[in-house]
Amino acid sequence: MNTSRVFGFKTMKTLLTNRSRATITSGLRRLACTPSSCPRVCIVGGGPAGFYTAQHLLKAHPAMQVDIYERLPIPFGLVRFGVAPDHPEVKNVINTFTQTAQHERCCFHGNVTVGKDVSVEELKQAYHAVVLSYGAEGNRLLGVPGENLSGVYSAKDFVGWYNGLPCNKDLCPDLSHETAVILGQGNVALDVARILLSPLDILTKTDITQPSLEALAASRVRRVLIVGRRGPLQVAFTIKELREMVNLAGTRPDMVPADFKGIAEVLKDLPRPRKRLTELMMKAVREAPSGEGSTSRQWGFRFLRSPVEVLPTPDLTQTAGIRLGINRLEGSGDGARAVATGETEDIECGMVISSIGYQSLPIDPAVPFDPHKAIIPNAVGRVLKTSGLYCSGWVKRGPTGVIATTMNDSFDTARVLIQDIETGILDISTAKPGSQTVTPLLQKRGVNPVSFSDWEKIDAEEMKRGSVVGKPREKLLDVTEMLKTVHS
Amino acid sequence: MSSGTHGRCQKVPRWVSRPPRASELSTRFVYTTAKAMENQPKPGLSVQTSNCVYFSEGVDTNAEDSNDTCCVNVVFIDRAGKRIPVKAKVGDNILFLARKHGIDLEGACEASLACSTCHVYVKDDYYDMLPQPEEREDDMLDMAPVLQVNSRLGCQIILTPELDGIELTLPRVTRNFYVDGHVPTPH
Repeated sequence: MNTSRVFGFKTMKTLLTNRSRATITSGLRRLACTPSSCPRVCIVGGGPAGFYTAQHLLKAHPAMQVDIYERLPIPFGLVRFGVAPDHPEVKNVINTFTQTAQHERCCFHGNVTVGKDVSVEELKQAYHAVVLSYGAEGNRLLGVPGENLSGVYSAKDFVGWYNGLPCNKDLCPDLSHETAVILGQGNVALDVARILLSPLDILTKTDITQPSLEALAASRVRRVLIVGRRGPLQVAFTIKELREMVNLAGTRPDMVPADFKGIAEVLKDLPRPRKRLTELMMKAVREAPSGEGSTSRQWGFRFLRSPVEVLPTPDLTQTAGIRLGINRLEGSGDGARAVATGETEDIECGMVISSIGYQSLPIDPAVPFDPHKAIIPNAVGRVLKTSGLYCSGWVKRGPTGVIATTMNDSFDTARVLIQDIETGILDISTAKPGSQTVTPLLQKRGVNPVSFSDWEKIDAEEMKRGSVVGKPREKLLDVTEMLKTVHS
Repeated sequence: MSSGTHGRCQKVPRWVSRPPRASELSTRFVYTTAKAMENQPKPGLSVQTSNCVYFSEGVDTNAEDSNDTCCVNVVFIDRAGKRIPVKAKVGDNILFLARKHGIDLEGACEASLACSTCHVYVKDDYYDMLPQPEEREDDMLDMAPVLQVNSRLGCQIILTPELDGIELTLPRVTRNFYVDGHVPTPH
């Protein structure tokens, strides 16, 4: 990888010394247009993993053409549909992704569902390599009775609802009961809790969708319990998200001090991130006022509890509560296991949100898939037992980690791919047509890809609608409407 | 960004979010003149990701700074262990400095303290000279892969004269350095 980068720098330096800067573009174009020196790679999925992979490929190879295929007419994946609306600074990364998409050797093809509109095999025919970066669109199931009752939602759908994911626009979560239970103690769980309890004046200034804002304005949810199967030392959320809960205006923590017995004694031996996180939790426990305070909204953790059954209303249609099995811990630290004691406890609630993890799904029979780990089996991004197939992001390593994790792992995949070109493992000796054959194929099948400049029309429309109501944007919630905006 | 140094010192730019330290207000450094502010990048305008590395690498505006008394020498040690010395100015932000020189520091959130992608290790002596990280920086560092005691976010390091000679090492978080299958532990 270093060789190619040095080569890239030298090429550009020569160009810069010999010619004016304006000729750089044409110089690169010429390089790019020589078929033998022009590897074509396509990326499946226009989220952070796809964009970071593309970014590194474009940087590390001076002639590579990179096409990004995305199912929706809009790019950026979970940066748009996962990152909470009150975290606009995290979305700054869209600026970097936009630079990538506008790179002269990069092309975005939205509104294309790989595996349905075009097969992976067809992409392999058209490109020297295919990188699968399509993320984790499924969610892990609870596997308990009552899971399908009205009032039980996956966090993925709930987040998709308030973030404007088209397939979740009609979720209409039932916010009419006082207590909501969230199962899982990761950052998504805390995002959901925070959105449920945030003062409206915070949310109205964000790009949260208007229908969800209205639903939250009418919400009767006053108490959110965030349930984990293990203890305080095993929570998966990070400190920024916890601090936001602790500092959330108009709320107070509702904790069980006994859960933290013995924790103070082990604090000093914890690694720094775990130690600071635990200290902040204990501070919240200490400062939690007893009895009714001036604030009406509460949030709290419930540890050592696993869902046993979602309890129905007498007519067996709605959620009335949840039965939790009480666990004890075996072992300690990150590897501690929750073991059921056989005892249970019931909590009355009108809403259960399952936030126990996203899950990747197989995309195409031509791509190996490990159903147990729910990832594409790979070695540092090379899909096992295939050639010309790579993967990055959640579908490569599972649905965990922050943006830095996905960035590093996508860069790794890109490096490996470049390395394979250099060592000849990836054969680029024959010219490949890339989108020149894929686009006509799609059109023949009635699919009209959406370009990045098409997205910019949607972007402009969303920002226009947002400015009317004092929000950074008002997202379009419907694919048909997005396509209408593109073609208007 | 123009180097703009012809014997005159650059000032702390207006996008530096903290108040100036005493050292920056010494008689040698006049604080925020309009001229200095013009010459400094603003976060929104200086966004130059590693995509543009070819261009930034080629346009070396700092060559003339070598005899400048206000120059701060900075050494980056990249992920392959290579030392990359660069000349910088008082008030420069390490993230934007790295980007300017084509060094692989990402800065996904553009210095808004919402990610840890500009994580660097600061050589011990210099680490002690830096002001304490604020709580938000510490919170982000806790999410950084391969955190060490001398970890900081590049976007929060603003160069001062006493930091001349500072060495910043980019963390080796990528896995293909560990071909034997070893996975680095995060702590």
